[in-house]
Amino acid sequence: MKPGVLLSARGAGKAYAQQGQPRWACRDVSFDLYPGEVLAVVGESGSGKTTLLRLLAARLGCDEGSVHYDLRADLASGPGNLVDLALMSQAQLRRLARTDWGFVEQHARDGLRMNVSGGANVGERLMALGARNYGLLRREALSWMARVELDTGRIDDLPGSYSGGMQQRLQIARNLVTQPRLVFMDEPTTGLDVSVQARLLDLLRELVDELQLAAVVVTHDLAVARLLAQRMLVMKDGCVVEQGLTDRVLDDPQHPYTQLLVSSVLTP
Amino acid sequence: MTALIETVALSKTFTLHGRGGLQLPVFSGIDLSVRAGECLALTGHSGSGKSSLLRCLYGNYAASSGEVRIRHQGAWVNLSNAMPREVFELRRRTLGYVSQFLRVIPRVSALDIVSDPLRRIGVDASVARERAAQWLQSLNLQEHLWHLPPATFSGGEQQRVNIAHGMITAPAVLLLDEPTASLDADNRRVVVALIRAAREQGSAVVGIFHDDEVREAVATRSLNVEQYSKPVASTHGSTT
Amino acid sequence: MIEQHYNFAFLDERTKKRIRRALLKAVAVPGYQVPFGSREMPFAYGWGTGGVQITASIIGQSDVLKVIDQGADDTTNAVNIRRFFERTTGVATTEATRDATLIQTRHRIPEVPLNSSQILVYQVPMPEPLARLEPRRRETIKMHALTEYGLMHVRLYEDIAQLGAISRAYDYPVMVNERYLMSPSPIPKFDNPKMHMNPALQLFGAGREKRLYAVPPYTAVRSLDFEDHPFEIQRWQHACALCGATESYLDEMIVDDQGSRLFVCSDSNYCEERRQFGNVGGQQVVRQEAA
Repeated sequence: MKPGVLLSARGAGKAYAQQGQPRWACRDVSFDLYPGEVLAVVGESGSGKTTLLRLLAARLGCDEGSVHYDLRADLASGPGNLVDLALMSQAQLRRLARTDWGFVEQHARDGLRMNVSGGANVGERLMALGARNYGLLRREALSWMARVELDTGRIDDLPGSYSGGMQQRLQIARNLVTQPRLVFMDEPTTGLDVSVQARLLDLLRELVDELQLAAVVVTHDLAVARLLAQRMLVMKDGCVVEQGLTDRVLDDPQHPYTQLLVSSVLTP
Repeated sequence: MTALIETVALSKTFTLHGRGGLQLPVFSGIDLSVRAGECLALTGHSGSGKSSLLRCLYGNYAASSGEVRIRHQGAWVNLSNAMPREVFELRRRTLGYVSQFLRVIPRVSALDIVSDPLRRIGVDASVARERAAQWLQSLNLQEHLWHLPPATFSGGEQQRVNIAHGMITAPAVLLLDEPTASLDADNRRVVVALIRAAREQGSAVVGIFHDDEVREAVATRSLNVEQYSKPVASTHGSTT
Repeated sequence: MIEQHYNFAFLDERTKKRIRRALLKAVAVPGYQVPFGSREMPFAYGWGTGGVQITASIIGQSDVLKVIDQGADDTTNAVNIRRFFERTTGVATTEATRDATLIQTRHRIPEVPLNSSQILVYQVPMPEPLARLEPRRRETIKMHALTEYGLMHVRLYEDIAQLGAISRAYDYPVMVNERYLMSPSPIPKFDNPKMHMNPALQLFGAGREKRLYAVPPYTAVRSLDFEDHPFEIQRWQHACALCGATESYLDEMIVDDQGSRLFVCSDSNYCEERRQFGNVGGQQVVRQEAA
């Protein structure tokens, strides 16, 4: 483990039993992610990219290999600690998920509390960490809503009254309020109208840049990968068939599948 | 003067898996070395692999075999086995690239595109924009275009944005792919001056210059890529 | 007149032992909900079966039992439950808080401060303070185990954002021993401060939900709030019309078709005691203001 690594996957794999035989949803994935790096995980449906994201975010346990994360000093027993997620307690993992990590779900509804206001959604993580001043919580919520270009006048509105793009922005704000170092994104712009997608991608690009976020972005859209990520993993049938610099993989694809993917993309 | 960019036995062959593994060799066995203040012009007919070579030097294309070395902060970095973050650091501070086409990031203004490389090396945003404005002005890009995204610019206008973007941080190694292709005579002169200034500041330049006049004005040496092309191999290469 | 065909206090001794074991667990972990095997009682869920089972498990021959419902000894439920225990135990009963050793209550804490030889048994409809926010029991179990109570604060934040103040007037959530979030049962928030550092043992039983919990004597019980929106109890502009009390919880009674109201102490024994000592209320009826 090199010093400075933030997230390290070592031969990570997940299998499901199918008629007595293990079927590997994803297998032997290895990479080291450093602070501020954005990694796109690209593949078609069934490629295992979503399973991989869940393994990395400790929502699933590895059946093979391991995933390690560099816990912040305040959350770990010592500095520079690459801890195996499998060895972390549930309490630690849940706390990590609420503080140093973010997870932007594909459907904003899965990542928001729909029955409380936008402001409450943004403030929740802070409250979970012990914030007890209503005024300060509200100020934080307003500040983050402005940052993600949401109308702050809607702070007390329920998310159900927001448009899809706005719900995604709210989800992003909700995740970033604790200044996580690593954000997982599952198809963050899929399903949105094209113009809404575009603006959201711009926002993500700016935020990642400004906050020096590391991110793992699952997407089937190569254009999203090119725009957001410096690095790319191409997956097919659970395996990583190619990885490297995004521009290199897209401009000079080596693997047959990558070449197929790249040549299949329609450009207007 | 120290060499800032070198290649050792650099070779590139494309394998088209979609075409049954068709192999397209581009060049092989290129050794080059460019020192500070030099400008190496890549020559050869179109299709001979000049752009591909330049892209290999940038790390945009993967070398099939051989090595590309860049001098970065006093040490050699081998592009093929460098970590992605090392390559990005390299591209941020040391290695600049002006491609033939501007890959447009939609909805970002020309000024922001040009100032971005400066911001990435820590220059204050307003200072970066000022300098970007100066560059665009010396490249004769009309001011009303500065705040527009370049998607709708003409080829020449896009190229000038590209040049400013690639050169503004005065990288130690500068790669130029047809930087004057769509420019009129006046602007060609401006670019020539910029390239000469870069050389004077100690940059090592590798470029493809279609225009003979430009090439003569900026290049100190040339390398004919054609002499490194292998004869076309059989069309039934490996299919793995 | 003790019923001949039932065991003392209706429940069999084994069941009582089981419940007492659960109670010991509850006392050992203040505020933590302990599951127990709730028995079928001779009245339906929702009528205090949990409280009755706890009382039945700990009542002894020398106890003096008081039963109140919304503060009153003479309402239907209080009368019925008191009679139930009279018939199954023959134990002495009282309406005077000071004379009781065991008090079962629905939705109020007596105004008279309790002492260390008394036990207060609360009837609880829903023991889970997070129930309305998180319906999944698996999740709430985890939240209690990991002290993840942000959700409750989200709810309080939401109240302030939408209504200007925390709107809960009863069943106001508390932190017990600075560790567990607890539902104090639907007592008015007015009564919450009485739970804090109370010399008496406080036991809570939910028969339908099959859980019980406890607050041992002298335990810290803190009502949730925000620094800049601190917890406040209810206050009235009026005094009790019968005894003149200004510090007790008042019930509002409509006395005529014009909507005239009378404010009277909810704790009937407290009010009567005050009157015995010569306190007299203004007996004023509060009339509706002319439109």
